[in-house]
Amino acid sequence: MASHPQKDGAPPPFGRRPPRPPCVLLLRHPLQFSLFNRPLPDNFHFLKPWESPLPLDDFLSSDNACSAEAILTSGKVPVTADMLRRLPEVRLVVTTSAGLNHIDLAECRRRGIAIANAGGAYSEDVADLAVGLLIDVLRKVSASDRYVRRGLWSSEGEFALGSKLGGKRVGIVGLGSIGLKVAKRLEAFGCAISYQSRKKKPHASYAFYSNVYELAANCDALVICCCLNEQTHHMINREVLLALGKDGVIVNIGRGSIIDEKEMVQLLVQGELGGAGLDVFENEPKVPEELLALDNVVLSPHTAAFTPESFSDLCDLVIGNLEAFFSNKPLLSPVLDE
Amino acid sequence: MDAIGVLMTCPMFAYLEQELEKRFKLYRFWDFPSQRQFFKSHSGSIRAVVGNTKLGADSALIDALPRLEIVASYSVGLDKIDLGKYEEKGIRVTNTPEVLTDDVADIAIALMLGVLRKFCGCDAFVRGGKWKGGDFGFTTKFSGKSIGIVGLGRIGSAIAKRAEAFNCPISYYSRSEKPHVHYKYYPNPVALARHCRILVVACALTEETRHIIGREVMDALGPEGVLINVGRGAHVDEPALISALLEGRLGGAGLDVFENEPEVAEELLRMDNVVLLPHVGSDTVETCEAMADLVVANLEAHFTGKPLLTPVV
Repeated sequence: MASHPQKDGAPPPFGRRPPRPPCVLLLRHPLQFSLFNRPLPDNFHFLKPWESPLPLDDFLSSDNACSAEAILTSGKVPVTADMLRRLPEVRLVVTTSAGLNHIDLAECRRRGIAIANAGGAYSEDVADLAVGLLIDVLRKVSASDRYVRRGLWSSEGEFALGSKLGGKRVGIVGLGSIGLKVAKRLEAFGCAISYQSRKKKPHASYAFYSNVYELAANCDALVICCCLNEQTHHMINREVLLALGKDGVIVNIGRGSIIDEKEMVQLLVQGELGGAGLDVFENEPKVPEELLALDNVVLSPHTAAFTPESFSDLCDLVIGNLEAFFSNKPLLSPVLDE
Repeated sequence: MDAIGVLMTCPMFAYLEQELEKRFKLYRFWDFPSQRQFFKSHSGSIRAVVGNTKLGADSALIDALPRLEIVASYSVGLDKIDLGKYEEKGIRVTNTPEVLTDDVADIAIALMLGVLRKFCGCDAFVRGGKWKGGDFGFTTKFSGKSIGIVGLGRIGSAIAKRAEAFNCPISYYSRSEKPHVHYKYYPNPVALARHCRILVVACALTEETRHIIGREVMDALGPEGVLINVGRGAHVDEPALISALLEGRLGGAGLDVFENEPEVAEELLRMDNVVLLPHVGSDTVETCEAMADLVVANLEAHFTGKPLLTPVV
């Protein structure tokens, strides 16, 4: 909206000043935008701490930062209570990730700060990866491809037999947007689906287990689709993995720390666990050395959501959320208190 | 029944050998250094042959076994069996349909996911220690991609059912349009290829379907298109495939079968937009056991005068 300066050069009267674009603190330039050279929306004023000579801490205390009304972050940059305390005007946190473990949810709740995440933007891609990892481990797809490329098919003969996917009992840990899509896909392969969740889902027809140990004891494979928080940290521990068994397969597309990685590696090496398909690790990008030598694991560098389609949808969602919030409309992908 | 001579053409599955040995007198063709000697000594004892797609029971074998009554193939594919000749001679033939449908359909989807989401490349990236140097980069979304199926038989239909769970629109080409099928039909493979992103070959190998996927189909599929083959290597003009991939006229390929197994062209071994599997479509413990059980059950039925379970001829 253009201003209408008085003829004498004095500032326009109050009420006709153009509305200030909302101020958004950008903790890191979102990969999803930069990879596509997609510009950030110009109806917001983005504060970019990395362009300032000040270290982040000092930047947050500066006059510039304290006018921020929203924070836009990725999964890698934490939004701590300390940060939030320095930004009294912040009413919204938008994260480009589906995960929320990097955000101090309690502090946001206390302050009444709304949170928007990636919602379902990645769900299909992540579900596809989970299914792909499970089939790969059971049918030894990547291992077979390696076998062929090394010329072993002609010199050594047939590769080892795999295990049929149909009829396998698959336990899904966390039946959210991603978990539901994994279930739908695996049903089409003839898998019997059950799940564990904080609460039973009334709309889901799958068998429910209230604890992961029981789920593991009654399944041939576990697919981890839940978020990382205090309760789920190392939830998949040695007991759960032993309950899954010698032929059991674990697939993780959630967060590395949901599984006690050290225990899992030991059990895989000892043959007490049948196999693993992992897109996430406790200490990315470090992957335990022992896993690199195993043929019954399939390793993926946290790429589940890395498709142009997901990223493009995510960009639309971020812009949509910012615009909705600042026009007093409901967020497109709010994180709701449960 | 243990006096009945059964000839197994080549090693297939230890469990199958065990089960055959329990019931029949099993001759392992590969144990005999001289085929001529074998036929001279034993041809009169052989009343059944168990073959597979690597080594079936061809014309020469039929002629060498005067007492042959039945060939039980440890496969669903019959391209190594001279069906006409068997019918002529009154020799029964059985195969192993249905039991391997799911496994082959699963591998077809695995190949699609593998090519688009680059599982093998990602795994190699991590194993090679490259993740520390940065992210892998983009892969292509699978859900929602259009899929064209060449041959909507048991396996083709099973592939379609799985792909639908990923919200993939399905179309197909078959010798004739199938009534009661809600997928879009195209009257020829080129038209099908033009209208889909992923083309999967799931039909039987016959004279008509040899090289059904040639340069024209691949060009129609295009630089973003992906070819999946879980049929037979001979369905695809392999040299044309290699050029199309090298020249970028075709986006990628997932292959479980090759024209000259187990030889795989050097050029393919070096490509990162392909997934190469050593003919493992039905290679699971569960399915191999089920196939073996079916072979044995068919032979038992024949030799006790009962109806065959899965006769072809």
